[in-house]
Amino acid sequence: MQTRWHARLMLALLLAPALLWLGALIILPHLDLALLSLRQRTGPQQYVSSLAQYRTFFHEPLYWHVFVRTAVMSVVSTLFTLLVAFPIAWIIAKILQGRASSLLFIVCLVPFWVSETVRTLGWMILLRESGVLPALLVKLGLTAVPVEFLYRDATIMLGLVYTSMLFMLVPLVSSLESLDNSLIEAAYDLGASGASILRTIVIPHAAPGITAGCIIVFMLTLGNYLTPTLLGGKNSEWFTEQIYTQFITRFNWEQGAAFGFLLLGLSTAMVMIGLRLAGQRFGDVMRRT
Amino acid sequence: MTKGRTLKRIAIWIWLGSVCAVSAHAADSQKLRIISWADYVPAEVVAAFKKETGITVELTLSNNEEMISKLRATHGAGYDLAQPSQDRITGPQRDFGIYKPIDLSKVKLGQFQLGLLDIVRRNTTLNGQQYALPYLWGTDGLVVNTKRAKAADYLDLCKPDLAGKTSIRLRRPTLMAFAFAMGKDPFALYSDTKAYSALMDQVGAKLIACKPNFKFFYDNKDQLLNGIRSGEVLAAMMWDTGGWTLNRENPDIQFIVPKSGALGWLDTYALPARGRNDAGAYAWINYTMRPEIAAKITKSVGSFSAAQNTGPLLDPKLKAQFAAAFPDSVVKAIHWYPSIPPGLEEIEGKVLDRVKAAN
Repeated sequence: MQTRWHARLMLALLLAPALLWLGALIILPHLDLALLSLRQRTGPQQYVSSLAQYRTFFHEPLYWHVFVRTAVMSVVSTLFTLLVAFPIAWIIAKILQGRASSLLFIVCLVPFWVSETVRTLGWMILLRESGVLPALLVKLGLTAVPVEFLYRDATIMLGLVYTSMLFMLVPLVSSLESLDNSLIEAAYDLGASGASILRTIVIPHAAPGITAGCIIVFMLTLGNYLTPTLLGGKNSEWFTEQIYTQFITRFNWEQGAAFGFLLLGLSTAMVMIGLRLAGQRFGDVMRRT
Repeated sequence: MTKGRTLKRIAIWIWLGSVCAVSAHAADSQKLRIISWADYVPAEVVAAFKKETGITVELTLSNNEEMISKLRATHGAGYDLAQPSQDRITGPQRDFGIYKPIDLSKVKLGQFQLGLLDIVRRNTTLNGQQYALPYLWGTDGLVVNTKRAKAADYLDLCKPDLAGKTSIRLRRPTLMAFAFAMGKDPFALYSDTKAYSALMDQVGAKLIACKPNFKFFYDNKDQLLNGIRSGEVLAAMMWDTGGWTLNRENPDIQFIVPKSGALGWLDTYALPARGRNDAGAYAWINYTMRPEIAAKITKSVGSFSAAQNTGPLLDPKLKAQFAAAFPDSVVKAIHWYPSIPPGLEEIEGKVLDRVKAAN
């Protein structure tokens, strides 16, 4: 009896920080934001509750253009990340053995010891007009004058894929490692081609890992602020930037809060659609990560 | 099993961390917390101030919008002294109540230049109470690499031969500057929301047409300085002393007062509503307005102090640069920002958003 009571107390104590964290830093602020997003300023320190903030979003084409653009680019960059990460994960999990495999994994990990800001600034040094890559292209005679690589959509995409690589790699490696090699060998023995093995054995087995990686990368990308702003420059137009602008430079917290909830709704909807398409259950997927 | 154990360990560490964080919080009355712009509070002056008064200055770097937003979030707590621009005080004060009035009896007003004191008194008085005092001022104009480009007014930034080689800040001063360059006076329309909105739409259309010419919209000083130094940017809207700093490194780069007139900004001292060390703040204000300290600050920041009698103490090079750019007639033609009436920033915000999103 004593030990059970003891165990319960221990559990409560251990859970307390997490619950406090969840309540004080996630649930309460969201409630506050929800209330904020549902009111409108009518005069100095006067507010009435209204749906005006959400109406503005739908009436001003500018805002939903940016919203849709952010969603589409996030999806595309998630797919790119998957395409880049999958072969690497395969090499780490299946082709290399022991030390070589850990080494490659560490090589992928090392850049993430540096903060995202520094990594993004590194890209800026490489790609800016007076930077390394344009100078190299001129030297090789490929371009007559230095080309500006920054401030383009493709650059934003590159930055986003690079930033979120690791978060795709980890779940992919762990789900591929659990795939029994003998299944693949058996398939080869039975005369299956590489493509059909990939389609019927590897991808179904790795599906929870793929889905988990995609969800994490998609959410990180959608909510990314730094990379689109720094690499996209005058044409970045990321929705998070719009939220920041509303809150900080326009003092329009009501509009910012409404935008925040729209973004939350978007990411929830996209994750649900993704799970449905992949035929996965949310709980199973999250256990894999 | 190992997974469970790691989780437990992490949970314990978080628990310990939160306990330590709570106990580490202690009050300190000998501390003056200032939120200000980059370079505005030179380390040298902070050290001398501590020596004389025993007060330690704690500095947070910011800009107008962030200062207001931070103070709004805490209802005016967290800092003992803020330094917003003079036109951005009554608006936020009316809406959010983030400042407390200045007690003029605690300030040595004789140390201030009367003209600047007047502007600030006019623009920061709300319900009969004054909310700010002048600190530093300067003007916005054009910085041009004269060897490779020519520009005499803001609209020249849109000339085809400068395509991709110019830069502006996507903020309200740029809207004002372009409005003046287009021959309009935005300040005269401050009270006529409809006409003002129409004017801003015109300015927005102009900026959108001009957008391919801008290499980037700069967000901070270093981004612009690097752009100009590397030659990626040949002409930009910038403040005077930034241009003079670049001029000392490369004589080809010059600050030019636009034909349509320079825009004068004036940053202030203001007391956050729930600041804890007003005595320290007043001591700092009186200290930094002493002519010899003010001259030191001017030398370090490069912007001009609102203090009197700093003339003989200033760096002759800076004085010469100022005299060359601003003969008396030009000083008289400076457009000073009037206090912003409510609602205008919303109009400007939408225009700025449209420019940002345009292709």
